[in-house]
Amino acid sequence: MGKAVLKRLGLLLGTLLLVSALAFAAFSVIPGDPTGAVLGMEATDEQIAAFRAQQGLDLPVWQRYLSWLAAFLGGDFGQSYKYDMTVAQLVAPKVGATLTLAAIAFVLILLISLPLGLTAARRPGGLVDRAVTVLTQITMSVPNFVMGIGLMYLFALVLRWFQPEYIPPEQGLWPHLRFMAFPALAVALPKSAMTVKLLRGSILGELGQDYIRTAYSKGNSRGSALRRHVLRNAMIPVVTFLAMAIGDIMAGSIVVEQVFGVPGLGRVLISSINNRDYPVVQAIVVLLAAAVVGCNFLADLLYRAMDPRIERT
Amino acid sequence: MRQKNWYLTIGTILTACMLAFTVLGLFWTPYAPSAMSAAARSAPPSPAHLFGCDAYGRDIFSRTLEGAGSTLTIALAVLAVGAACGLAVGALCGYYGGPADALIMRLCDAVAAFPSVLLALVVLALTGPGKYNVIGALGVLFIPSFARLVRGEYLKYRERDFVRSARLMGVGSLRIIFVHILPNIWPTLLSGLAIGFNNAVLAEASMSYLGIGVTPTEPSLGYMLKDAQGSLFTLPWCTAFPAAVVILLILGVGLVGEGIRERMGVAS
Repeated sequence: MGKAVLKRLGLLLGTLLLVSALAFAAFSVIPGDPTGAVLGMEATDEQIAAFRAQQGLDLPVWQRYLSWLAAFLGGDFGQSYKYDMTVAQLVAPKVGATLTLAAIAFVLILLISLPLGLTAARRPGGLVDRAVTVLTQITMSVPNFVMGIGLMYLFALVLRWFQPEYIPPEQGLWPHLRFMAFPALAVALPKSAMTVKLLRGSILGELGQDYIRTAYSKGNSRGSALRRHVLRNAMIPVVTFLAMAIGDIMAGSIVVEQVFGVPGLGRVLISSINNRDYPVVQAIVVLLAAAVVGCNFLADLLYRAMDPRIERT
Repeated sequence: MRQKNWYLTIGTILTACMLAFTVLGLFWTPYAPSAMSAAARSAPPSPAHLFGCDAYGRDIFSRTLEGAGSTLTIALAVLAVGAACGLAVGALCGYYGGPADALIMRLCDAVAAFPSVLLALVVLALTGPGKYNVIGALGVLFIPSFARLVRGEYLKYRERDFVRSARLMGVGSLRIIFVHILPNIWPTLLSGLAIGFNNAVLAEASMSYLGIGVTPTEPSLGYMLKDAQGSLFTLPWCTAFPAAVVILLILGVGLVGEGIRERMGVAS
């Protein structure tokens, strides 16, 4: 176990380095540098030279990368071109909303998809199964921001369950979470549909195996065979899928934030892209990439714990 | 008797309808898509304006037709770039293997681990908005997933008997790759194309919705949805129809992909 985990850890660090280098390179090749954007058109040559020296823009690329990386690891993400703030000051207050949204969405996916998948697999071809199959196929086809607009219309206008106005956590944790549940649902529903489909297929695949026939012959009912024998094996591909979905959930949260007006990472990212505020874009990309790669690493550990067979291959 | 493949039947019909709708939009729209009409401001759906009009009196049916055409063109172009390059990379990597294969696949994993909408947004931050930039950014970002899919298939086939005998008979590698093996992986490739098409529609619509996709003057369903959101509660038809077109387009192609998988016995 230890050796394999170390190897994965090395791979994780390698991927992170690669991502950071790519992010740095991408923002280094853009024509023109921040000098014009920060100092404006009327800067004198001396001002430009001073700014370039101060920002280290005259150094070779690899030196700039290393110093950028060192600063980044120390929590110094640089200075915004647009605002008189550091990137950290700009980004930090927005991280919470996006993380809350993504976390609620993840929990909702589990709450929705596990019971539905199990129920559908209990009687394949039955009425419930067919209804679930049709529903998942349709839900899977709805882009999450369209789902958001639909939920907004249904719950805010028709049912009046919430006001379409963001409630910050300062106004009370419960109202905040209650509001966030709606964008989270928009992110969660399409992903849940995919999870249900995968789980159902995975359970049905396991049910055909020999060890299940053995379990029946030892007197297990279908329910207890499902719970005690099938579920653990059937969950393995689902766990992998959910881990891979974390990146999509984050991306989905960023898009859906715009529908519900949640001031999260999405809003900073979009406005920074529009303002060409590259240090902010760069920092958000690298942080998100680190989160995604980190989650995949954790999922890999979980996967190993769940399926001891992997050690032997 | 073979069981009826509902996925394929319904999917094909739905996709054919959506294609007919879209192709129609390339040649004919009842009104000029950006023509404003004071008389038809905020008009609800009626026989004259099937999908209603927005606050400027622009005909939503015409705009949806035009937007669907643009979305479809972009998605197909993205697919062409991604699938062609992915096929070439995946086939060569899978057939030859070796350290180059290992390196390229690591790179693909790194790119594929990251949501393509976000990466495409970042690329567009560098290149600026516009139809061709969207196609380029998404096309390149779609290469890894196709490459991985195709590579897996080639790994499976490269030591099969028919490939070995072809090799013994002196058939060149490129001919083996593209003439002998390629026809065998069509089902996998087709269902991969269906998934890729849907991801492309989804990515383009999301990006345009965020305002970082095509430029505001270019037609796009995503941009229409963004525009319509301010008047969601007063003019719901401005949102409902473009949204329905996006959903039906994705649903139809998704069902076709599902049907192909069921028919060919390909694992999803």
